[in-house]
Amino acid sequence: MELFKNTNYDFLGKKWPFIIASLVLSVAGLTSVVLKGGLKYGIDFKEGALMQVKFAYPPPDNKIRQAMLRQVKSEVSVQDLSGSGIQNEVEIATEAKGQGEGELAANRQDMERVLTATFGKPDSGKLDLNNASRETLANRLREPLARAGVAMSEDQLQAVVANILNEINTRHSGLITDFNQVASVSGMNAGIMNTLRQECYLSDFHVMGAQMVGPKVGKELRQKAVKATLYAMVGMLAYIWFRFEWIYGLGAVIACFHDTLITVGLFSLFNKEISMTVIAALLTLVGYSMNDTIVIFDRIRENLKFSHRENLETVMNRAVNQTLSRTIMTSGLTFLTVIALFIWGGPVLGGFSFALVCGIIVGTYSSVFVASPIVLFWHNYADRPKRSGAVLPVSPGPSAPRAGTARKSPTKAAK
Amino acid sequence: MRKNLTTRSVIIVVTILVCIFGIIGFPTSRTELVDHLKENIRLGLDLKGGSHLVMEVQVQDAVVGDARQSIERLQEELKKQNITWTSMEVSDAHAVADADNVVITIKGIAATQSGDFRNLIGADYSTYILTTINSTDYSMKMRPSDLVELKRETVARTIDTINNRINQLGVAESSVQQYGRSGSDYQILIQLPGVDDPARAKQLIGTTAMLEITGVDKAHDTAFSSHEDALAKLGGIMPLNEKLVRAKPRAGAQGEEWYLVNKIPVITGREMRNARAGQDDVRKWQTSFTLSPDGGKKFGKYTGEHVNDKLAVILDNQIVSVATINERIEDSGRIMGLGSDEEATDLSRYLRSGSLPAGVKPLEENSVGPSLGADSIHQGIVSGIAGLTAVVFVMLLYYKRSGVNAVLALVLNTVILLAAISYFHAALTLPGIAGVILTIGMAVDSNVLIFERIREELRTGKGVLAAVDAGFGKAWWTIVDTHVTTVVSCAFLFLFGEGPVRGFAVTLTIGLIANIFTAVFVSRTIFDYELSGHRRMETLSI
Repeated sequence: MELFKNTNYDFLGKKWPFIIASLVLSVAGLTSVVLKGGLKYGIDFKEGALMQVKFAYPPPDNKIRQAMLRQVKSEVSVQDLSGSGIQNEVEIATEAKGQGEGELAANRQDMERVLTATFGKPDSGKLDLNNASRETLANRLREPLARAGVAMSEDQLQAVVANILNEINTRHSGLITDFNQVASVSGMNAGIMNTLRQECYLSDFHVMGAQMVGPKVGKELRQKAVKATLYAMVGMLAYIWFRFEWIYGLGAVIACFHDTLITVGLFSLFNKEISMTVIAALLTLVGYSMNDTIVIFDRIRENLKFSHRENLETVMNRAVNQTLSRTIMTSGLTFLTVIALFIWGGPVLGGFSFALVCGIIVGTYSSVFVASPIVLFWHNYADRPKRSGAVLPVSPGPSAPRAGTARKSPTKAAK
Repeated sequence: MRKNLTTRSVIIVVTILVCIFGIIGFPTSRTELVDHLKENIRLGLDLKGGSHLVMEVQVQDAVVGDARQSIERLQEELKKQNITWTSMEVSDAHAVADADNVVITIKGIAATQSGDFRNLIGADYSTYILTTINSTDYSMKMRPSDLVELKRETVARTIDTINNRINQLGVAESSVQQYGRSGSDYQILIQLPGVDDPARAKQLIGTTAMLEITGVDKAHDTAFSSHEDALAKLGGIMPLNEKLVRAKPRAGAQGEEWYLVNKIPVITGREMRNARAGQDDVRKWQTSFTLSPDGGKKFGKYTGEHVNDKLAVILDNQIVSVATINERIEDSGRIMGLGSDEEATDLSRYLRSGSLPAGVKPLEENSVGPSLGADSIHQGIVSGIAGLTAVVFVMLLYYKRSGVNAVLALVLNTVILLAAISYFHAALTLPGIAGVILTIGMAVDSNVLIFERIREELRTGKGVLAAVDAGFGKAWWTIVDTHVTTVVSCAFLFLFGEGPVRGFAVTLTIGLIANIFTAVFVSRTIFDYELSGHRRMETLSI
């Protein structure tokens, strides 16, 4: 099976519609960012505290909001996380907004207390099995078990407790609605079951996780993200300069900026959060987009060695057509894996996989319609008076690090 | 190159075996397989569950504490030498930056006594520098070298104490270490993998735990209902050497309780040893402790002289228990009437580990419950299998028999990647799993490059062997180029990222490096193996 056999599309001739499309998309993204007052930051960059809480039924967002409003001093937002394989989960968040770490921690604790007071039974004297730790459960059951005459060594007790909690956490995502759901745990017997029902109750919620980022840390993370992105781009520019000529490097870097800009714009348009993992995805994209660009540039360089009479545009076109099969296949395959992540990867990786999905499409497109035209424009401009075929400056290959200057004929082919 | 086919095959087989051993060892049963897998592949905090805490040691507390102690000593000595003064104060310090500006201001030393005063300071308070403000006022500030030493030692002792406390939690692989982030020497990183009660762990770590046992005022030894009520009953004047302390609010209790206690404690937490939580005859929780020899003497003397009086136990400025002294106690005691087993257990932990020399402020926290971790692992595996299946299917469809080469190389690549994670004891995080999945997508790029090249060469009419040769040859440098750029990205991600992001950078880098081996060396060997069997291959299934 072979698609794209000997194609001959005039990519570079028809570049204008695509360049305009790029500009439109970039502007749309920027406008969205401006209109929405900046980017939506995840907790890594925006100081505050969050909790992920799972409920036994569709979460009552309003009830939670009201309860928090009455008792917590800072503004609390409640966001439903349902979707993409997640059910009945909310994210309860509060922003730091100028508070110090101390107040943030206090508000955080208040949020937890309100949750317990509203959805649990703190005064019942029983232990909430859905939010118990191994230690508290073991301590709770020890005496009653002894009194009920259930013979158990300390090791057996710890083992059963661990098994019960493990069952709840791995099979039921941390929340059970009926004690029978742990009836078949290894080591369980009727006596333990009775004691369990007697000493514990099942609340309607389970805290999955919590994060807090204070102002100091938030600021550091933002700085790090920016530094990482800048250094990486500079590093890559340097590498391409080393392997090809400088204008190729510039073309590649501009293509990468273009990709990042559009992806970030899409994040703003679709209201997605930017976190440290999203930055990781963006950097990966930058690396990946460079790949495509390099493959095409490699081919252009190779073709230029054998075509002294044709103009640059024809040579570039041919290079792109030759690599078309490979480009579509690779992007397609990587896209398949990334889509799998997007669909099944869960909410924690949500932003990450979204960035990759958008980025791969944009990145492939930019190698053809952004990077190459830039090189073309430059050479058309730079070599206007001396238009005598395509004797164009090209770096001689991996063994000679210094980029060649004008009119040096290329040396032996890259191995 | 075709000649050493055997050598190359052996290398590949050995690599496979070593990798498989690294991942699952030599299992003899299914449960052993799972156990080995769990042991060898370390899970990051976001997959295993647990807490990651960054805290800042409030070193200024220690500096202010030292200043306060110095003031007390100084006041005693000035009294002995009959030197009078008007006031002695320490400046406030609320943030770590204030630690360098802590100053003791002494006012009202008579000019005639200034000489004696200065001699005293010079002799006994050599860690401080005395500055004259005017003829009767002075200020004292700690010497820079001593200040640096105090701050450093405070951080070290805080790390030790917290280490003691979390060791008592029994969390395997927990760690406390200094965290050298840019610009701050006072940050510590606490990692508690697998801890399933992060709130309690945080409380255990963050409580300063200054414990004192002090006498309750004999004339007013019952609780007052509020601070104002107490002052009213005392006629508006607080007796010298006494203070009002509030009792810790307990669940189910109404209103507040305040007690009037002595400022100077009989014994403090430093003199208590071997604390243990337990229950008394009526099933109430208590913490029992033994005393150091010095502590025992002091306690024995006090309890002997104050039978039938009350004692209050104060933890971080809250009363946790009030009891009547029944008889003289010399070597051990019990703190009774505690609210719950958690309270008794935590109290025993504080006593065993000692109190923190300075407060700790939480700067960052990431707590993942075990259920979230389990969910994440599940999601990672499902998406991984889905992605891999899709890629395998497409490769086989598009490249036919040669696609099998690519798939084998791909599978080997993943195996090498997992083995590397196991051998380097790197922690696998959720972004790390994403890195493994992404490696699959990117690794296949190399195969595609080579195969497309081979197809092209075949189209120009070359024979099969020549085409395969040329395909691998021409694609080599392009493969290197594409891998280098992504690895450069990952290098910066590793430098600037933390935990989960680093996990991603590591897995992607290892995956890509392994890919150079599998896509070129292994794939080539498989091709050569196929081709070596036939004298003259006319066509290649590609």
